[in-house]
Amino acid sequence: MSEIKIKVNQLTRVEGHGNIHLEATDGKLDRVLWEVTESPRFFEWMLKNRHYDDVSTISSRICGICSIAHTTASLQATEAAFNIKLSEQSWLLRKLLYDAELLESHVLHVLFLVAPDFLKADSVIPLVATHGDVVVMAVRMKKLAYNLAEILAGRKTHPITPVVGGWAKLPDIEALKAIRERLDKAVDDAETMVAVVKSLAPGIPAFDRPTEYIALKDNREYAFITGKIASTDGGTVNLNDYAKVTNEFCVPQSSSKYARHKRDSYMVGALSRFNLNADQLLPKAKKAARELGLKAPVTNPFMISVAQTVETMHALEDAINIIDKLLARGIHEEEVKVKPRAGRGVGIVEAPRGMLIHDYTYDDSGHIVSANCIIPTGQNHLSIQKDFDTLAPTILDKPEEEIRHTLEMLVRSYDPCISCSVH
Amino acid sequence: MKPRVAFFDFTGCEGCQLDALNLEPDELLGLLGAVDIVNFREVRTDRSDEYDIAFIEGSITRESEIARLKEIRERAAVLVALGACACTGGINCMKNAYETEELLKGVYGDCAAYYDTIPTRPADAVVKVDAYIRGCPPTTTEFVKVVKSLLLGKKADLPNYPVCTECRRAGNICVFQRGGTCIGPVTRAGCDALCVSAGRFCWGCRGLVDDPNLDSEKDILARYGLTIDQILEHFRIYNSCTEATQCQK
Ligand code: SF4
Ligand code: SF4
Repeated sequence: MSEIKIKVNQLTRVEGHGNIHLEATDGKLDRVLWEVTESPRFFEWMLKNRHYDDVSTISSRICGICSIAHTTASLQATEAAFNIKLSEQSWLLRKLLYDAELLESHVLHVLFLVAPDFLKADSVIPLVATHGDVVVMAVRMKKLAYNLAEILAGRKTHPITPVVGGWAKLPDIEALKAIRERLDKAVDDAETMVAVVKSLAPGIPAFDRPTEYIALKDNREYAFITGKIASTDGGTVNLNDYAKVTNEFCVPQSSSKYARHKRDSYMVGALSRFNLNADQLLPKAKKAARELGLKAPVTNPFMISVAQTVETMHALEDAINIIDKLLARGIHEEEVKVKPRAGRGVGIVEAPRGMLIHDYTYDDSGHIVSANCIIPTGQNHLSIQKDFDTLAPTILDKPEEEIRHTLEMLVRSYDPCISCSVH
Repeated sequence: MKPRVAFFDFTGCEGCQLDALNLEPDELLGLLGAVDIVNFREVRTDRSDEYDIAFIEGSITRESEIARLKEIRERAAVLVALGACACTGGINCMKNAYETEELLKGVYGDCAAYYDTIPTRPADAVVKVDAYIRGCPPTTTEFVKVVKSLLLGKKADLPNYPVCTECRRAGNICVFQRGGTCIGPVTRAGCDALCVSAGRFCWGCRGLVDDPNLDSEKDILARYGLTIDQILEHFRIYNSCTEATQCQK
């Protein structure tokens, strides 16, 4: 009898704690499990009775990688509850800040966390010696994104200035002009990133498992913080009705809730956005997609990093366009007016890893009565598990080390944000 | 031999770890040259149980984490609490206001039994901590400062005066004068009053100064006609685990 037993405790190069567990006898799969072991933090309860002015500060701490996404979803939920419309200037700045996060997060994931898988390295550290130029380029891009966020929000992780209804402090025009030049130069870096990913692409495992792809959709632009919920299986759902899509439920092997819509699982994130909205990418990003041979619909989850690379280019172009608009119209002080009222508000954004939902109910003094947060990775856990179920039986004839590595790569390709999914 | 450095994450958002590496490219490469990072789950796969300096991120919210932290303490020559969650318990302490049962049932309903949690505590409520890098997240400047002194075998010289000192130095108009409330008068400085300078107020993420003059905060409140509840609402976001909160309840 030949037995395979694989147990990966605390998968590395991902955010948060998750395990992989596989057992097979005589070439037959007994079980394969994706387990989430992260500690719950109970944000929904911690938000209770909190004043609206502190809510995004607290809820951004759900995640250190996508704290701008959490801040944005949180502010939009509160604004929806109070029926506040942002000024055009506030809106442009919010989108610009969003681009900064997308840029930073995608570069971190693709070049620091995923690339070592293809280069048979355990991390980015040995790559400093072998691929120094690319590492320096990646650090430079990350730093640029960080600095852009700093100019707008005071810092990248856990932004300070974005507040309900607008901005507590406006960015300096000179700083925006200076970063505009760095963004211009970074287009070359993004092209290098496309070339690097293209050179690694032959190492992407051939695997397809079509599923339902869900993302925001807006007919005006490639949606990140606007639009309605859309599915590749058809139809759109209003933000307030997100629960019809997410249908959260619990499973014993996971401290994160799971989600399921029409099929046995659905996916959110860069690939879903690409599958739904590829036509709306900006020109350089479209070119990058062509270069990388990415054409919707893509049904191989290992291609998520490739879609992230395309989005990196999109975020750069979008940031440059927004700064040009801001420089043309000037930046003016605006009074932030907030009048709390009792009611519910839902904010949904596309975090780097996918659809992120904050849903708050307020009392008339502007304190939270109840809160619900649904995280992209929570929605992807089941998709990871279903990929495991389909993929594992087809690779059992491979050496044990390769099976383990392929499963690890699969989880990593989703760019999971596990502590965020548990919150 | 280069000092071996390990990073460990407990309950938190991992923002501290990620931010710690947001150094300038040359600083980052310099650091990578000066130490051996032997354990950093978030960025590298290989791990080792042999290390000299352990950075602890996150607070302790499960029984199993107590055992894990004790084990790390035994192996490490120097144990550093990185960030608010590890230093003071951070925002995770807000949950301590509720009974565990209520939390589990409230958030997870029927499947509460799948989950495991205990009241939040900071790292030094479980083991001895040798150095603290405060903030949520800490500033990279302070991270570099503490790491440099550790490598030299010294104690970092960190401020033990309130944020107000730095805030005035930064030329900010005091939040109280603008009609708001601020935890700056009792919070340990070191952030250059980052949040006030960015147009907001101090939430107290760096914890209390050693000898906080809570009376002075009360005086300020009286002067500006504010109630203690108004300040506690903010104070409890980061400092629910401190005794000061308990005794003022
Ligand atoms: S201290 Fe703040 S940034 Fe660090 S882990 Fe805790 S919540 Fe995240
Ligand atoms: S109370 Fe706050 S705003 Fe006023 S000086 Fe102190 S830190 Fe600055």
